[in-house]
Amino acid sequence: MAPEQLLKPADYQTDVHNDWCPGCGDFGILKALQMALADLKIPPHQVALFSGVGCSGKVPHYVNTYGVHTLHGRVLPYATGAKIANPGLEVVCVGGDGDGMGIGAGHFVNSGRRNLDLCYILHDNQVYGLTKGQASPTLQLGLQPKSLPKPNIHEAVNPIWLALASGATFVARAYSFDIRHMKDLIAKGIAHEGYAFIDALQPCPTYNDLNTKEWYGGEDRLDGTGKRMPRVYKLEDRGYDPVVHSPDEVAEKQLQALKVGLEWGDSIPIGIFYQNGLVTTYEERLQERIPNYLQEPPAKQLIADAQGRPAVRLDQFLDELVVT
Amino acid sequence: MRTNDLAWLIGGAQGSGVDSSANIFGRACAFGGLQLFGKREYYSNIMGEHSYFLIRACAGPVRSVVDQVNVLATFDAETVFRHAHDVTNDGAIVYDPAVANVKIDEIPTLEARVAQDLRAYLIARGVGESVQGVLDACAQRGVQLRPIPMNDFLTNVQKKFQVDSLSKLSRMVNVLAVATSFGLLAYDFAPFEKAIRYTFSGKPKVAEMNVYGARLAYDHARATGSDGFTYRLTPVPTEERRVYLTGSQAIAMGKMLGGCRFQTYYPIAPASDESEYMESHEVIPLAAEPDSPEAQEAAVLAENGGSSSLLVVQTEDEIAAITMATGAALAGTRSATATSGPGFCLMMEGIGWASINEVPVVITLYQRAGPSTGLPTRHEQGDLRFAIHAGHGESPRIVFASGDVRECFYDAVKAFNFAERYQMPVIHLVDKALANSYQTEAYLRPDGVRIDRGALVVPRSGDDGYLRFQFTETGISPRAVLGMPGMTFWNTGDEHDERGHITEDPVLHILMMEKRMGKLDLALREIPPEDQVVYHGDADAETVVISWGSTKGALLDAMDLLRKEGHTIGFLQLRLLHPFPTAIVERLLRGRRTIVDVEQNFSGLLAGLLRERTGIAVTHKILKFTGRTMSSTELREGLKAVLDGKASARTVLTHGA
Repeated sequence: MAPEQLLKPADYQTDVHNDWCPGCGDFGILKALQMALADLKIPPHQVALFSGVGCSGKVPHYVNTYGVHTLHGRVLPYATGAKIANPGLEVVCVGGDGDGMGIGAGHFVNSGRRNLDLCYILHDNQVYGLTKGQASPTLQLGLQPKSLPKPNIHEAVNPIWLALASGATFVARAYSFDIRHMKDLIAKGIAHEGYAFIDALQPCPTYNDLNTKEWYGGEDRLDGTGKRMPRVYKLEDRGYDPVVHSPDEVAEKQLQALKVGLEWGDSIPIGIFYQNGLVTTYEERLQERIPNYLQEPPAKQLIADAQGRPAVRLDQFLDELVVT
Repeated sequence: MRTNDLAWLIGGAQGSGVDSSANIFGRACAFGGLQLFGKREYYSNIMGEHSYFLIRACAGPVRSVVDQVNVLATFDAETVFRHAHDVTNDGAIVYDPAVANVKIDEIPTLEARVAQDLRAYLIARGVGESVQGVLDACAQRGVQLRPIPMNDFLTNVQKKFQVDSLSKLSRMVNVLAVATSFGLLAYDFAPFEKAIRYTFSGKPKVAEMNVYGARLAYDHARATGSDGFTYRLTPVPTEERRVYLTGSQAIAMGKMLGGCRFQTYYPIAPASDESEYMESHEVIPLAAEPDSPEAQEAAVLAENGGSSSLLVVQTEDEIAAITMATGAALAGTRSATATSGPGFCLMMEGIGWASINEVPVVITLYQRAGPSTGLPTRHEQGDLRFAIHAGHGESPRIVFASGDVRECFYDAVKAFNFAERYQMPVIHLVDKALANSYQTEAYLRPDGVRIDRGALVVPRSGDDGYLRFQFTETGISPRAVLGMPGMTFWNTGDEHDERGHITEDPVLHILMMEKRMGKLDLALREIPPEDQVVYHGDADAETVVISWGSTKGALLDAMDLLRKEGHTIGFLQLRLLHPFPTAIVERLLRGRRTIVDVEQNFSGLLAGLLRERTGIAVTHKILKFTGRTMSSTELREGLKAVLDGKASARTVLTHGA
């Protein structure tokens, strides 16, 4: 293993065979994640990478850090438990759109309420890949990607809106065919102190024949000179400032984020929608309740001496109940 | 005269202070050296439905409730309607004469079936369909009636303390009912006063008013005659240091002692009490004092912050509860969650994940009456099979059941030891009866308690190709935790190889299944026999009871009565239910003529398990599934019928409101 200052993306790779379909948007997310970790120089053993179930669930097996491939929809609570127990861990979560917006939507909402310092990357391809292409909660109403027997009968969830409504303090969207930009967003999301959410758009070349790389890239939209007009644009290129600089800006910045969060179709913003570092993190709230929480988090406490005798004494609590 | 052997019951509308008055009564008795067993019954309701608290106060150990009530303390009509028939002929009813004319049909919370039965009874007795009618019927059989002039006392208190409105004193009627009971029983006022002051310790003025009011009612009861009354309570000096606590508190403290540092929960009856107790005791003092022999170790611990903490998280649902606890366990924390049936249903997938990933996590399952929402605040032992089989596929876990409050405390530690030693989920099976049983217990000492964290790796630097799921002789692979240098591992809910990466190789799947399931055999070989089963009573009895969990107290008390009557009987208490201690159970049951299964469920789940695991069939079942705890009275009757050869194969017990 390379010394910290020399860490490269390759240091975050495993030798596990990758079985994603050729051309899958997941490759871009995986690459961006490995690059972001290398950029941040986080020693691999300090990273715990959690995933849900689906194609994206396999990400941890390809990343040379602690990797926890959990259950469908449950990536956030597993990760939350580990992070609370050991706040020194760098906890990153990945999961699919069905995982996070469907079966795990309740955890998504409640993670916003906590504002624990972790970063969650949503692989958003509008379909369930591993189960062969059913509609996911982010697929627009009426669309019919090739493996749907009938057009989608459900409205789409807007992950940006849901994240904002739930209390996420860093809300961003990335596109998996702009790896460098995605890498920067992931690095910022990891560095953000609080709950960071990144909606990662990633074409599914096998099952989503509508929201394709070509579609995002605007290959069907040519300007007068025959140049393609990409649907995806960067918020920062238009002078968008997502950062809440003082508490009185919260409403304004949230409304701004909601407004750009509505854009879809021919104009799809990527970049940071909202960033508020002023909200107390869950760790800080715990520290208020348990004065030595950060110095002595649950995972770091000695619970017994060398002979196995318990480290705590209960006299004080038992005395409350003493009758004779 | 019956001294220090009393069953006392107080009832009233939920939210009217029944619990606190029962606690005052209990503490007053316990302060006087009496030993107690109490149970709390309540509806799934915030305010208005009937709740009651039954306490037995005795000179010696007491472990169960009985059917009869010797003193019924009431301050409303419904309690008289519901419980008067349980008062013994030589007992007494304390009541407020202001409710004497309340009729049955004026009580909307009385179920139609209850009202109908009561009406039929009163008609047969030739008395009216009112509180007075019920009291008349009781008087016919000798029960003493003790009206308390509640209003006179309250008015007196109001004047004395210059309270502007009488309604502000309405909750004091509870304490007046307790005071009248103690006066009638000629108990000492001093421990009673101490209990009142303890209960209202944060509110000196309220304490003062209650002591004053209690004195009035107590003196009045003594003056109006306790002479003719059979029952007496008298303080019993004792050197023994005792605590008065519930099963929920015992488990909470056992977990703290056992090193639990992270607990998750989603609110559910009757499991939440445990987590709430923990949350109000999150910071835990460390053990050794600087000048003790353990000073050196203490110094190390003290350097690390001086106190420990048990962090409690209220999650968004039970799925998050089990998965979050599992995440914390992966980070190296002793982690647990506590729930009840409906919440446990949601934990299945998480339990399977913890099992395939060999994560030590403890689930404290407080059984309550099902199916579905069932009787949410009532008792049952219906989840035995469910706990053993929870989840799809075949995934190892340990299922361990406690029989009483004391076992709850020490078993909570053992549950973690098993979880970490065998690297699998442990389901600590308890129930509503234990959760809401109040018992005096000898002080719970940590002596002899040992923490066994099982096989852990020693962290080292450099990537050494650590194999989290390495195949070993025992099936146990030394465990690393998230964040350790050089020990990178992977987890997945898929079948995995030794590193933890996904595999669908049929040969590896066989090896991994054998590794995981083989740990159950190891657990059975290593867990001390006394943690697997306990045999109580006559060693070579022809009639042996098998049971598990909270029936223990009622069984032991019933057996004591039967043995005093000359019967010979044994009781095999199953503590380890999965893996099943087949060999020990076979040895202990072989050749017995009569085997009686005693359980609080419909089918006799343990009897089925026994048949499955040993081939042994029980001859009788004594079951109860009314949602109410078995009493030693009805259990004694049920067992006596078996011993006398008069019992049918299945007896269903039904007592209790």
